[in-house]
Amino acid sequence: MAIGLEHYLILSAILFSIGVYGVLAKRNAVAILMSIEIMLNAVNIAMVAFSRYIVPALLTGQVFAIFIMTVAAAEAAVGLAIIIAIYRSRQTVDVEKINLMKW
Amino acid sequence: MLPEAVGWAIFLLPILSFVVISFVIRPFFNSRPELSGYITISAIAISLILSLWALVSVINAPGHEVIFEPHNWVTIGNTIIKLGLIVDSLTAVMLVVITVVSLMVQVYSQGYMRGDGGYCRYFAFMSLFTGSMLGLVLASNLLMLYVFWELVGLCSYLLIGFWFHRPAAAKAAVKAFVVTRVGDFGFLIAILILYLKTGTFDIGELSELARLGVLGGTALTLAAIGLFSGAVGKSAQFPLHTWLPDAMEGPTPVSALIHAATMVAAGVYLVARTFSLFIHSETAIMTVAVIGGFTAIFAASMGLVMNDIKRVLAYSTISQLGYMMLGLGAVGVAVVSHAIEPEEGLALGVAVGIFHLFTHAFFKALLFLGAGSVSHATGTFDMREMGGLRRHMPWTYATFVIGSLSLAGVWPLAGFWSKESILHHAWESTPFLFYLAMITVFMTALYMFRAVFMTFSGSYRGTDESHHHLHESPWVMLAPMVILAILAVVAGWFPVGELLGGEGVSFFGALAQPLAWVSLCMAGLGILLAYAMYSAKWLSAQSVGRALSAFYTVLSRKYWFDELYEGVFVFRILVNGFFAILQWFDTYIVDGVVNGIAWITIVCGGSIRRLQTGQLQAYGLAIFLGVLIIVACFFIFGV
Repeated sequence: MAIGLEHYLILSAILFSIGVYGVLAKRNAVAILMSIEIMLNAVNIAMVAFSRYIVPALLTGQVFAIFIMTVAAAEAAVGLAIIIAIYRSRQTVDVEKINLMKW
Repeated sequence: MLPEAVGWAIFLLPILSFVVISFVIRPFFNSRPELSGYITISAIAISLILSLWALVSVINAPGHEVIFEPHNWVTIGNTIIKLGLIVDSLTAVMLVVITVVSLMVQVYSQGYMRGDGGYCRYFAFMSLFTGSMLGLVLASNLLMLYVFWELVGLCSYLLIGFWFHRPAAAKAAVKAFVVTRVGDFGFLIAILILYLKTGTFDIGELSELARLGVLGGTALTLAAIGLFSGAVGKSAQFPLHTWLPDAMEGPTPVSALIHAATMVAAGVYLVARTFSLFIHSETAIMTVAVIGGFTAIFAASMGLVMNDIKRVLAYSTISQLGYMMLGLGAVGVAVVSHAIEPEEGLALGVAVGIFHLFTHAFFKALLFLGAGSVSHATGTFDMREMGGLRRHMPWTYATFVIGSLSLAGVWPLAGFWSKESILHHAWESTPFLFYLAMITVFMTALYMFRAVFMTFSGSYRGTDESHHHLHESPWVMLAPMVILAILAVVAGWFPVGELLGGEGVSFFGALAQPLAWVSLCMAGLGILLAYAMYSAKWLSAQSVGRALSAFYTVLSRKYWFDELYEGVFVFRILVNGFFAILQWFDTYIVDGVVNGIAWITIVCGGSIRRLQTGQLQAYGLAIFLGVLIIVACFFIFGV
């Protein structure tokens, strides 16, 4: 069977959904960060697939995927720094316990 | 000729006196209170001179009327409220009466109120009252009249409650104001009906419209009855008579001026001024006559059993005012039944009613001043504690007897002439009321001479200590009484009736009529019975009282009208009934709506705030669901 665009997009969608599930349902803050990384990589796959199958010569999607990876790395660094700060003040990384803005 | 400024000055001078006393004398010269007396007396004396000038101008003017143009005061759209003066024979006579009696009372008050802490306040209110009353009789349109009407009611309240530290006086003042207010409500409705129907407040124009028949029917009847209800309140006729006896709590000169001679006469004046409206409505004029005649005998019956001399005089006033209304009503009935032409009847009715007002003002004020003089000496108004005062107070005794004879209608004193004309017209138009009035003549003589004999003859029944203090009053109090006594004799001889448009009666010719002898006999019987019971003691008052004890109870409890009004109407029906319902409505429905809206807001807020869990993942879930919904909408409804 020939692998077409739709296969890559389905893969991307499934990966994105796994990431969304992780963001919404995980208690550990680091796990949420990892799920965010999964979502970003899913988007990368979609970008490169679109670029390869529609206008390959421009390499638009591939370039954009590099950008996304860069931003993801920076964001992971900042996110981990925040988690360390939270851990230092509250001795936990369980997001259900961080609810000071509650009514 | 009379310049218009004179008319304005007549009532503005006493009001200016009020302003000066209130804002200059009382704050800055309170150590010399007699100044307020001097200012008041000068202002009223000048007004008296100007009133006499007005009277002379009216006598010489064509048609006995001096015409002034009204001035525009307030213009609201199409409605123009004007201020104007009317000076005709009715006004001129009233002006003279008011200024003369007021001047006499003010001079008397200097003696009576000496040493009172509220001396300046007293004269301030007396000036304001005199100015308002003069303005009332000068007003040419109903709205201006109503303003002065309320002002005199206010002054009455202030002066009845003059010694406001006494609870009885404070209650009496409120009662007077509220009861007259009930009548004034009808008056206001009448003014509004007349304005809606005719577009004018001016009394002259309204009279003209009524005469032409343009204003007629139900509207005119309702308006006339409304005007009469104002008169019933102010003149203490049945059923709004309950305030006047209680008003005797005020100082005696106040009772003399306001509740005998002037303010209570304002009701009679109103009916006379708007008489043209009454004679074109049969129902209204019948009402006037019947209520007048009934009140006369009703009040006289209660005057028979009172022990307080001022209360006797108060019921006498109510009764005599009933006579005045009866006079107006009887002539009006004659017009309505076409026995007299309307123009002739208009002038005649006014003449009959106002002539009695004229004579009554003098002798009733005199009687009140006499009562004040007696209390000045004995310290009480209760006649059971008086007696034999004629030896100690000869001048007071003489003037009081003259006043009583005039009131009883003895020829040739003033009261005879005015009462005769009323009885004559009652006999011709309303025979039933004539019989009531004739019985009232007997009762009037009886109660008045009962008072005279209980107070002045026999031996003193008070305490020994007060017996030593019995003295005649000072000349500042006696001089006005003497002047009023002279007027009580001669006032009937002035051609007031002819000036107002009625007919004159010759001096001795009046005795030629059988009617005069009937009333003189009734008066004589009354005096004789009073002499028998209270002076010569042929009949004992106690035994008569025991024999007629049922009547005595009814009369001394004033037919239980006070209990009816205060106990049943005010307390049961209004306070516990109507007001309670309104209060329930206010608390549960009006407040309930306001509080309910607040409650709903709180409940909504309380439930929505629970969405703020503070947990990031819940917010994230909400965003995600929102995006899903947007995408679904794109698919369903297109981009």
